[in-house]
Amino acid sequence: MITTTGLSKVYRSRGRAVTALDGVDLHVREGEVYGVIGQSGAGKSSLIRCINLLERPTAGTVTVDGQDLTALAGRGPRAGRELRQARSRIGMVFQHFNLLSTRTVQDNVELPLEILGSSGKERSRKALALLDLVGLADKAKSYPAQLSGGQKQRVGIARALAGDPKVLLSDEATSALDPETTRSILQLLRDLNRQLGLTVLLITHEMDVVKSVCDSAALMAGGRVVESGTVSELLATPGSELAAALFPVGGEATGDDRTVVDVTFHGEAATQPVVSQLSRTYNIDISILGAAIDTVGGLQIGRMRIELPGRYEDNVVPIGFLREQGLQIDVVDRAAPQPALPKEGAK
Amino acid sequence: MSGTDWSEMQPLLSQACWDTLYMVGWSTLVAVVGGLPLGVLLVLTDRGGLLQNTVANKVIGQVVNIARSMPFIILMVALMNFTRTVTGTTIGREAAIVPLAIGAIPFFARLVETAVREVDGGLVEAVQAMGGNTWTIVRKVLVPESLPSLIAGTTTTVVALIGYSAMAGTVGAGGLGDIAIRYGYQRFETELMWITVAILAVVIALIQFAGDYAARSLHRRGGRSGPGPKLRLLRAKDPAAPDVGKVA
Repeated sequence: MITTTGLSKVYRSRGRAVTALDGVDLHVREGEVYGVIGQSGAGKSSLIRCINLLERPTAGTVTVDGQDLTALAGRGPRAGRELRQARSRIGMVFQHFNLLSTRTVQDNVELPLEILGSSGKERSRKALALLDLVGLADKAKSYPAQLSGGQKQRVGIARALAGDPKVLLSDEATSALDPETTRSILQLLRDLNRQLGLTVLLITHEMDVVKSVCDSAALMAGGRVVESGTVSELLATPGSELAAALFPVGGEATGDDRTVVDVTFHGEAATQPVVSQLSRTYNIDISILGAAIDTVGGLQIGRMRIELPGRYEDNVVPIGFLREQGLQIDVVDRAAPQPALPKEGAK
Repeated sequence: MSGTDWSEMQPLLSQACWDTLYMVGWSTLVAVVGGLPLGVLLVLTDRGGLLQNTVANKVIGQVVNIARSMPFIILMVALMNFTRTVTGTTIGREAAIVPLAIGAIPFFARLVETAVREVDGGLVEAVQAMGGNTWTIVRKVLVPESLPSLIAGTTTTVVALIGYSAMAGTVGAGGLGDIAIRYGYQRFETELMWITVAILAVVIALIQFAGDYAARSLHRRGGRSGPGPKLRLLRAKDPAAPDVGKVA
C-alpha cells in the first residue's frame, strides 16, 4: 500500500547539510497497522512527511496505493493539482491536532470536503456520520478550545477520514496525550483499521504504542531503518532490539562466571517443563532472573531470563539442548552496545 | 474670550464630526482592501513561505518601508497630482481620503503581516495534507485564524487615521482637527479647541472599545488547539501515570 525506495532527505541551511533520511526502504501492506519507532532525530517525522510529500524527498520514490507520488511532485515548492488530489486521499493526524480554532468541530471535519467540492448537504451529513464514528456526535457545535486533548484528537481523526482515505498517516498522534487517553485513541485507530480496512502508518517514540496496536514495526536510527518486519517475525529474530524492547525481561547476572540466557516461548513450547529437564539432564543449578507472559500484537508469548553457572564456553551443550527443544535462545552479552531504542520516558 | 456663539458652533461641530468620520471611514476601507493582500503576500513570499519569492518579498518590503517612513504632511503634498487625477481636486474631504488611504495601506499591511505570522504553521500543514491549495489556505486558515489580530490592527489603523485626518484638516479637508486649529487655535477660542479635543478623545475611546470588544469575542471561542507546552511536559514526566503497555 505504501512503498518507499531509497528515500533520502537532506536539509541544507547556511551551507550545512543534515541528512534526515538515508536510503529508507519501507513496505506497508494493505490493511495493516505499521509502526515506525525511534528516538527524536532518528528521521521518523521526516519519513512520514515525505510520504504525502509535505516534505520533498531529496532522492528516492514514494508509492501510495500504486501511485508514484514523487512523479507528481513537479518542480518548485508548490504542490500541483495532481499531487493535491493524491493528498486528499491520504488522511493525516497530527501530534498537536491542528484544528482550526475559529471553526466548530463539525466545520473542522467538513473542511476537507469543502476542498473536495462536496455540496453543503453532503458535507454536513458526512461530518456528522464521522463524528458519530469517533464518538463525538454531541460535540458537533462545540469549538476545539472547549474540548479535551483526547476529544480534539478524535476530531482530528474524523477530519482525516473525511476524504475516504485508504491510508492514514499518524504523526505522533498520542504523544501529547495522557496514558489513559492514549489507550482510547489507539483503540479507535485499531477499530478503524479493522472496520474500514484502513492502512495505518504511525510514527511514535513510545514502545507501548507499537506493542498495543501494530501488526508490523520498523526501528529507525540515524535516518535509516535498522530493523523491520511483522511483530511475530521480529519476536522470532534472535538478538532483535525491537523484540527485546517490545517484551523486556529484567535481571542482571549475579557474578562474572555466569551465563545469562533469554528463553522465548511461542505457543506450544510454553507448555514444556524445559527448566527442570535442563537441570536434571545436565545436573546444573538454574536461577530464574525474570520471567513474563504477555500479548504482543495479538500473540501469546512468554519470555524467561535464566542464569547458568560457568562461562558461555562451559554451557555450549546445555544451550544446544534448549535450542533443540524448539525454543528461541538469546545469550545475553554483558558488553552489549547501547541500543538505538529510546529509554522509557525519553523523548 | 466669550465670543463663542454656541448656536453657530453646534452645526459647525456636527458637520466636522461627520467629515472626520467620512474621511476616516473611506480611507480605512481602502487601507484594509489594499493592506490585507499586501500583508498576506509579505508572509507568503517570505523565506519558507508558500509562495517563496525572495525578489518579490524584498520589493514589497522596501516599498512598504519607504511609504511608512514618509511623514504624512510630505505625503499629502507629494501626492497632490495623483489626488487631482483621482478626485478632480486637491481640497476638501474627498481629496484628503487619497493621501490618508495611501499612507494607511503600508501601515495596515505591516499589522496584517504580524497577525498572519502568528498563525500556527501546523494548521497550514494540515490543510496542505488535505490537498488544499494556497488560495484555500489563505481563505480558510490564514485570514480566519488571524481575525482577532486583524481586527485589533484595524482599530489601531482607524485611531492613527483620526490623528492624520486632523493634519489633513490644515490643508482644507475639514473635520474636527480643522475646527480645532482654525477656530480654536488661530482665533483663540480655547474653549472650542478643548471641546473638539474632548470629542476626538471620546470618538477614539469608543472605537478602541468597539475594536477590543470585537476582537475579544472572536478570541473567546477560539484559543489554541493544543495543550500548552508546559502542560505536556508535566504529563510526560508524571510517574504516577498508569502503564499503557497493559493494553492489548
